[in-house]
Amino acid sequence: MRIPCPYCGPRGNDEFTYLGDATVRRPDPAAPDASQAFHDYVYLRDNPSGIHQELWYHGGGCHAWLVVTRNTRTHDISDATFAAGGKS
Amino acid sequence: MNELVDTLQPLRWDEPKSAYDVVIVGGGGHGLATAYYLAANHGIRNVAVIEKGYVGSGNVGRNTTIVRSNYMIGGNTAFFEFSLQLWEGLSHALNCNVMLSQRGQFVFAHGPSQLDAVARRGNIMRLNGIDAELLDRGDLMKLVPYLDYSTEARFPIYGALLQRRAGTARHGAVAWGYARAADSYGVDIIENCEVTGFVMEGGRVGGVETTRGRILAGRTGIAVAGHSSHVAAMASLRLPVESHVLQAFVSEPIKPLVDHVLSFGAELFYISQSDKGGLVFGGDIDGYNSYAQRGSLPAVEDVCESGMALMPMLGRLRLLRGWGGLMDMSMDGSPIIDRTAVGGLYLNCGWCYGGFKATPASGWCFAHLIARDEPYPVAAELRLDRTVTGALIDERGAGAQPNLH
Repeated sequence: MRIPCPYCGPRGNDEFTYLGDATVRRPDPAAPDASQAFHDYVYLRDNPSGIHQELWYHGGGCHAWLVVTRNTRTHDISDATFAAGGKS
Repeated sequence: MNELVDTLQPLRWDEPKSAYDVVIVGGGGHGLATAYYLAANHGIRNVAVIEKGYVGSGNVGRNTTIVRSNYMIGGNTAFFEFSLQLWEGLSHALNCNVMLSQRGQFVFAHGPSQLDAVARRGNIMRLNGIDAELLDRGDLMKLVPYLDYSTEARFPIYGALLQRRAGTARHGAVAWGYARAADSYGVDIIENCEVTGFVMEGGRVGGVETTRGRILAGRTGIAVAGHSSHVAAMASLRLPVESHVLQAFVSEPIKPLVDHVLSFGAELFYISQSDKGGLVFGGDIDGYNSYAQRGSLPAVEDVCESGMALMPMLGRLRLLRGWGGLMDMSMDGSPIIDRTAVGGLYLNCGWCYGGFKATPASGWCFAHLIARDEPYPVAAELRLDRTVTGALIDERGAGAQPNLH
C-alpha cells in the first residue's frame, strides 16, 4: 500500500504510523454530558466497511500528521491532506 | 481435510423457518459452538445459525490453529483455561476428531528481564491451576535444537515458558464438528443468508431481516467477528471495536521439524508445523482498519524477518501461500460476551487475533448467557460496559489503541 503524502509524494506504508479514525473529536470538558462524551470519544468507533478517514504519521519522511481517506474494503486511497490544514 | 472426510457425515442444509427461539448471526466457530451448547447444555433446540457465506468461510477456516491458555489478567486467565479444558474433551463431545495435538507451546525470552516477565506469567498461570514450566537455555538446546543459539543471534535465547497442554487443533474439523453436532440436535444451519437488519418490536429485537426473508427470534445473538460493528450498527449500537487485517502464511511442505508451537519473544511471531508438513506461521496485524481479507507487504517482511531471527533455516524455504483475515480488535485487547442495551440482543465479539483457541468456551458462555440471561462465571468480566466502568482487561497495557493489542 502506498500513501500519497502531500509533501513527499507516494511512499510505502511502512514509512507511516497509524493512529486511527480521524473523525472523532475531543469533546468539551465543561459540557454537562462530558463524561459520556469522553467515553464515546476514547472508546467507540464507527469502524466503517468502506470509506474511512484516518490519521497517519509520516515518521519515515516529513514528520507530518496526515488525514488519509481510504477504502477499508479495497485499500484504495482517494485523498491525503495535512491534518493541521494547508501546507505545513 | 481429506483425511477427515471419511469420518464426516453430511450436514443437513436448511431452509429458514419463519420463527425460532434463538437466532445466532454468524456461522463461524463461535456461532456454531453457541448453537451446539444451546442445544446440548440448555435443551434449546429451536435454533437457527444464519451465515452470509458458507460454514467456516471466516476466521475459523483461516487461522494458525493454536490453542493455549497462558493469560495473566483476571477475566482472561480462567476463561481461556476453561476453553482449553473443553478442547481436551471436544473430540468425544462432538463425536468428531478435531485433531487436538497438545504438542506444547514455548514463549521465548531474549533477555534477563524478559525471562523474569515470562517467569511471572508462569507463576500466575500455576497459581490459577494452569500448567507452566520455566526452561533455561540448556533445556531448550535439547528440546528445540534448530533455533539460533549462536553468538551472532540478534535476539539471544535466554529461556522460555513452556505450556505442555497447549498445541494445535484442526480448524476445519472444529467448524464441521460443531455444525454437525448442532445439526444432530435439530439446529437449522442456513448458509448464503445475509442479515440486512433487525426486526424491532417495542424497542426490543424480535428477529432479523435477511436476504432470504424475515426470521423472528425470541433472542438474537451476534457472533460475526470482524463484521461486528456494522451488524451492531443495524441495531443503532456503536462498539469499542475496530476491524483489522491479520495475515498468516504456510511454507512448502517439509519433513517433520517443528514438533511444538514456538512463539518468538522479541516480536510477535509464532510457528508450528501442519500434519501435511507445511510450516504455518504468522505475526502481528498489519495495523490499520481493513475489511479486505488481504494485507500488505511490510507486514509480510516483518513476519519473515522475525522468523529468520529465531530460525535462520527458514530462509531456505519457499512461501507456499499467505492470506488475511478480519480481526475484531477491541479497545483493551480482550473479548466481549454480554447483553447489549437493546433487549433481546446479545453480543459476542472483540476476539482480536485470539478467537480460535476460545471457540469452545466462547460458545459455552454465550449459550449460557442467551439461555439464562446471566453470564457464565468465567466470562462474567467480559462485559461490554467495561470501557464505561473502567474495569478494563488490558493484557498488554497498551491503552485504547486497538492496533497495539
